[in-house]
Amino acid sequence: MNHANITEILNKYQGDESSLIAILQDIQEEYSYLPREALVQVSKEMNVPLSRVLSLATFFRAFSLKPKGKHSVHVCLGTACHVRGAQRVLEKFERELGLKSGETSEDLLFSLDAVRCLGCCGLAPVVQVGEEVHGKITPAKVTGVIKKYRK
Amino acid sequence: MAEMAKEKAYRIHLMVCAGTGCVSNNAFGIKAALEREVKKQGLENEVLIVTTGCNGFCERGPLLVVQPGSIFYQQLTEKDIPHLVEEHFLKGRPVKKLMYTPPKEKTPVPVLSDIDFFKKQVLIALRNRGLIDPEKIDEYIARDGYKAVAKALTEMAPEQVITEIANSGLRGRGGAGFPTGLKWQMVRNAPASNGSLKYLICNGDEGDPGAFMDRSILEADPHSVIEGMVIGARAVGASEGFVYVRNEYPLAIKRMNIAIEQARDYGLLGNNILGTGFDFDIKIVRGAGAFVCGEETALIASVEGRLGEPRTRPPYPAQSGLWEKPTLINNVETWANVPIIIDRGAKWYASIGTLTSKGTKVFSLVGKINNTGLVEVPMGIALREIIYDIGGGIPGGKEFKAVQTGGPSGGCIPKEQLDLPIDYESLTAAGSMMGSGGMVVMDEDTCMVDVARYFLTFTKDESCGKCTPCREGTKAMLDIITRITEGKGTEEDLTLLEDMAHAVKDSSLCGLGKTAPNPVLTTLRYFRNEYEAHIRDRKCPAHVCRQLNVYTIDENRCLTVGKGCDLCRRNCASDAIRGAKNEAHRIVQEKCIKCGVCYDVCNFGAVKVD
Repeated sequence: MNHANITEILNKYQGDESSLIAILQDIQEEYSYLPREALVQVSKEMNVPLSRVLSLATFFRAFSLKPKGKHSVHVCLGTACHVRGAQRVLEKFERELGLKSGETSEDLLFSLDAVRCLGCCGLAPVVQVGEEVHGKITPAKVTGVIKKYRK
Repeated sequence: MAEMAKEKAYRIHLMVCAGTGCVSNNAFGIKAALEREVKKQGLENEVLIVTTGCNGFCERGPLLVVQPGSIFYQQLTEKDIPHLVEEHFLKGRPVKKLMYTPPKEKTPVPVLSDIDFFKKQVLIALRNRGLIDPEKIDEYIARDGYKAVAKALTEMAPEQVITEIANSGLRGRGGAGFPTGLKWQMVRNAPASNGSLKYLICNGDEGDPGAFMDRSILEADPHSVIEGMVIGARAVGASEGFVYVRNEYPLAIKRMNIAIEQARDYGLLGNNILGTGFDFDIKIVRGAGAFVCGEETALIASVEGRLGEPRTRPPYPAQSGLWEKPTLINNVETWANVPIIIDRGAKWYASIGTLTSKGTKVFSLVGKINNTGLVEVPMGIALREIIYDIGGGIPGGKEFKAVQTGGPSGGCIPKEQLDLPIDYESLTAAGSMMGSGGMVVMDEDTCMVDVARYFLTFTKDESCGKCTPCREGTKAMLDIITRITEGKGTEEDLTLLEDMAHAVKDSSLCGLGKTAPNPVLTTLRYFRNEYEAHIRDRKCPAHVCRQLNVYTIDENRCLTVGKGCDLCRRNCASDAIRGAKNEAHRIVQEKCIKCGVCYDVCNFGAVKVD
């Protein structure tokens, strides 16, 4: 982990305490998780207790205290996806990747998360891998989706 | 101006939908192919390609609308493009096979406004849908954009603006339906302590699963929200505004950023707006993924950099909100309605809708419905019209069972109430609510007990944990419902569930807990028989609750009709299917994990579920 990166992020917000969440978001974006050292540095330089930083880091869903995979698979479990069989799509991903929702593969290639509504309900069920949205997914299509990212 | 003059010279405008749905269906590949072909045919000085925000008819993406004439092309592939460009744009012969043909009909409908999906819609909040490039302020201005802000700032006193909004009958589009004009008046009247600071917030934390209208407005027409906010700021005397957008909506954040920059460049945001001496600026705040932050006091806490936990009201944000200053919070769709009300007048707006609910509402029509997408309809329209006329009914000849409105705070409305005119009061009377406008259609294959369980899982996860009734009550209710879906429920469970639901409703701190029992209460009210089937017969009538399902293979059908195709065995997740190609197959019940994949993949109806 590069401390200079964190310093740069912190400088952008000029010690404004109300920007704590935004700072954590930037760190999450940079590292795909919130490294412990980064949180300690934020707490020191912002002069806020580490407990407060951690309470934010664990309250919001956008943050992860563990590294995420190179390809983060988000299976949408919004209502529209749910009634069109998203649960089975998630289970197929779990079986194919050998991961439970919330886990990351050991080689850090994939992480799997169930999410609440990606906002493209017209294409339900929907899966997002990285920035890419795949619509109208069925359990049978899951293997093909994974293959695309495996190479 | 030079650019606008140049655009007028084009003979044809190609409006490529670049909403999230179409983008995931390769809209940008289509756009690139169009550019290539247009160039190849030497039409680049005659044909202009424009990317627009969400068109609404997501089901049929990727979409292209040709102007003038509004010729609607759908489900395009890159392979279609050379033919389309040559035939339509070079030779002037529209291509029928790429047009929309309604199900069960043979003749395509060429013009967008003739298509049933669009015909009954009334576009107010979505007035610029598919007509402008959201990243170009000039296109918004060309459609009368920022005309209302000029009127509000130069011709109207702040009180007049508030009166106009109040007279229009506009109510909050975020869910609860509080009269917007009244809210504005409260903020205007609030004594500003420590100087004269007041704040404005646009709530774009669209958390209801199944709703995506705010996303669409922010992506397709961000200037309408900015314009609404400037008018609101002037009316209540605020100098700083925040647009709170869900982290899950990166494109909305990007387009909003561009729009804010452009508005500043044009002197429509910042200091001395339009030379009137009025100062107001907007910042974007990204949400961090917490449903409860849609609640206004929780949202304010997270803008301040604190945990997104709600607090008791009063004081209301209008009296003491962001950094304890009077704060005006409205939802994205509400803000988008403001400019056109000021421009066209309260009387015009109030002429649309019902006695208590004026104007239009945007709904996301999703689930088991033919035409999924985003629709804007006048208040008072019957549910039946939305589902059958606009939505085209239920796919696969299945029977309609219920429509869920209002997200996790709402409820399920059964087919007996299909003629219900949609407005705030009628939905509440039916046990549901308007909410942000999600409308999830369910058919005979949907289990209503499972739906209640689904929403409780959601609210239990998203409960912030601050108050006991919501934190413990949602969990207790979920435990009971889970028991029922697993065939372990008792008759007493239903009474207990009902009592618990009322207790949570009555004693929770914020809207999340107060409304979390609604999905349970409405399904108990309208679909009690389904609960009873799970309890008495240990059966799930819709075969959704898999613990209660038994999968078997009709061996005769498998062999004679399917010729032992072996597809089920190859897809079986738990190696529970015996048989080889050209043989009859059977399921070893002890090994079956009831995932239902065999049932889904069998093309011959040989796999049975009971």
